[in-house]
Amino acid sequence: MHQNNPMSTQPITRNSPAHAMLRAAVRDFVQTELDPHAEHWEKQGIWPARDVLKKMGDLGFLGLSYPEAYGGGGADYTFNAVLLEELGHAVPMGATLGICVHTDMATPALAQHGNEDLKQRYLAPAIRGEIVSAIAVSEPDAGSDVAAIRTRADDDGDDYVINGSKMWITNGAQADYLCLLAKTGSSGGHSGSSLIVVPTNTPGFSVSRKLDKLGLRDSDTAILSFDNVRVPKTNRIGEEGKGFQYQMQQFQRERLAMTLMSLGSMERCIELTKKYLKARKAFGKPLGHNQFIYFKLAELISEIEALRYLAYECVSQYAAGQDMTRLASMAKLKSGLLSRQVADMCLQFHGGMGYVEEYPIARYFRDIRLWAIGGGADEVMMEVIAKYEGLGPKGK
Amino acid sequence: MNIIALIKQTPDTAKLSRTLNGLQLMADGQPRIVNPWDEYTLETALRLKEKHGGKKVTALCLGNPESIEALRTAIAMGADEAILINDAALANADSLGTARALAAAIKKIGAYDIIVGGRSAIDGNMGATAVQVATLLGVPMLSYVAALNAVNGGAKSISVVRAMEYGRETVTSTLPCVMTVVKEIAEPRYPNFMGIRKASKAVIPTWKLADLGLSAADVAAKVTWAVDLPPTRDTNVEMIQGSPAEQAKALVDKLMAAKII
Repeated sequence: MHQNNPMSTQPITRNSPAHAMLRAAVRDFVQTELDPHAEHWEKQGIWPARDVLKKMGDLGFLGLSYPEAYGGGGADYTFNAVLLEELGHAVPMGATLGICVHTDMATPALAQHGNEDLKQRYLAPAIRGEIVSAIAVSEPDAGSDVAAIRTRADDDGDDYVINGSKMWITNGAQADYLCLLAKTGSSGGHSGSSLIVVPTNTPGFSVSRKLDKLGLRDSDTAILSFDNVRVPKTNRIGEEGKGFQYQMQQFQRERLAMTLMSLGSMERCIELTKKYLKARKAFGKPLGHNQFIYFKLAELISEIEALRYLAYECVSQYAAGQDMTRLASMAKLKSGLLSRQVADMCLQFHGGMGYVEEYPIARYFRDIRLWAIGGGADEVMMEVIAKYEGLGPKGK
Repeated sequence: MNIIALIKQTPDTAKLSRTLNGLQLMADGQPRIVNPWDEYTLETALRLKEKHGGKKVTALCLGNPESIEALRTAIAMGADEAILINDAALANADSLGTARALAAAIKKIGAYDIIVGGRSAIDGNMGATAVQVATLLGVPMLSYVAALNAVNGGAKSISVVRAMEYGRETVTSTLPCVMTVVKEIAEPRYPNFMGIRKASKAVIPTWKLADLGLSAADVAAKVTWAVDLPPTRDTNVEMIQGSPAEQAKALVDKLMAAKII
């Protein structure tokens, strides 16, 4: 999938001059190309995926750890981690989540298991930023319970005929292709589904509607409908019936990606709050001189740093080609819980100013709430961790 | 055409508490960046190569060993080669000393057609170095260039637009020449990932004064100055709460109390 070498005995480096330069370049990009548009995109209810992805594709940011044969950077995953952490600092978090879907959720399985033709037609243009991708797994009745999906891809000669619907699909209103999980066999559960690349210009595909969300309002999250959508079987990613397995692998990267982004976003929230606490005076002294406030912030910053090093360990394991499901699930859980605490406390320390949209904290509070739900809810992470620990009915 | 981009690493003045020591804006431990004006220098040099028949862009920087990072950024943006001039004797050089070292380095590089610099550096803000380089090399100087009209490497000529306070000047010159550019010339590009990887592996040579055939006396500062900085002002932000009418009343009360109205 990416340029990992499980056999390598070289330690994974996260802090080379190239990492530092990439970090600076992405930060600059975020501040110049994304942040100034945050309010406008929020009002529009959509980010201009095509424009932004093209700019990022031209800079080589969309395929940092994908093979050079498809236009990728050929680097190890640690570079992708730098990209995600820096994207996390952006104000328009819906846009950056959309970017993250494109780089880390809708393309990894295609890169790892897709056939050559499929990779040339979809992965390479996705890396160049010429097309927009989305991952279509969740359904109205199957969000975290992936095995319960109902969308079917029925066998019809050389084609699949797809019927059903998908929900909560980020980039759903403007994606050019979907990485779709659908039932392909008669058996239920884990073994009867496949991942299929579905171009959104195929007859029978439609966007039912864009969802009106609490936060991340600059992101187009949609319900998608499939009415006898016919795609060739060659659009299937890897083997038939292995879709669930591939998607479980893809989820690992998704969980880590969301954790890395949350680090950047929490850092931004803390910085905004620090600045406010220095400037705002109450009872004759800066607000930040209240012991409760600075103790609480010290505690939150310590927790963020602890999460950062847990995430970095996941990055190292993933870059070394190891299974990091257990740690990545812990990191994602902690990310969801901690993001909520950080947003809540930082808003509280802003007082009334935190409750009005003139200050960025209100938007952050709404936006970050997804982190405990999307990409596997906190409770799903707890199930996974409990299973590893031999706890609960699924524990051995 | 061979293009030489003169770049400098400066303190990030946005993050700097200003203290002065002799000629240098001291910024130990402060983040250092590519002089923002030199981002336009690099962009111009790269466009001269890409759009006007240039062959090679060499980034040249005089600075401390950390300035190698500014040169890596130049390579990441697309420069073909980079050279650092570093020598203890240059630590307190004035713009004439700096220009002497740069001019000697340019002669050592050899073939050159256009030397590009920024309008000034954000630390010293003299805007004098490039002019002195042109004088030392005996070539025309085009300052405050805002646009490139035509560049003809074969005929050794260039036509540019200078941004002046009173308007625009179109100037035609022979090549080689030195030019300094202003913001309007072009939006600087971001370094792309391939460039970053190339830059991180690039071996950047460091030239000492002896490599340039110069002595410490040749670059010793001739100019000294003293600067009086305005006293720092203690500013406070106070947020007035309440309904718009209450806020307006409170604001007027405060302005009157401060004897502003």
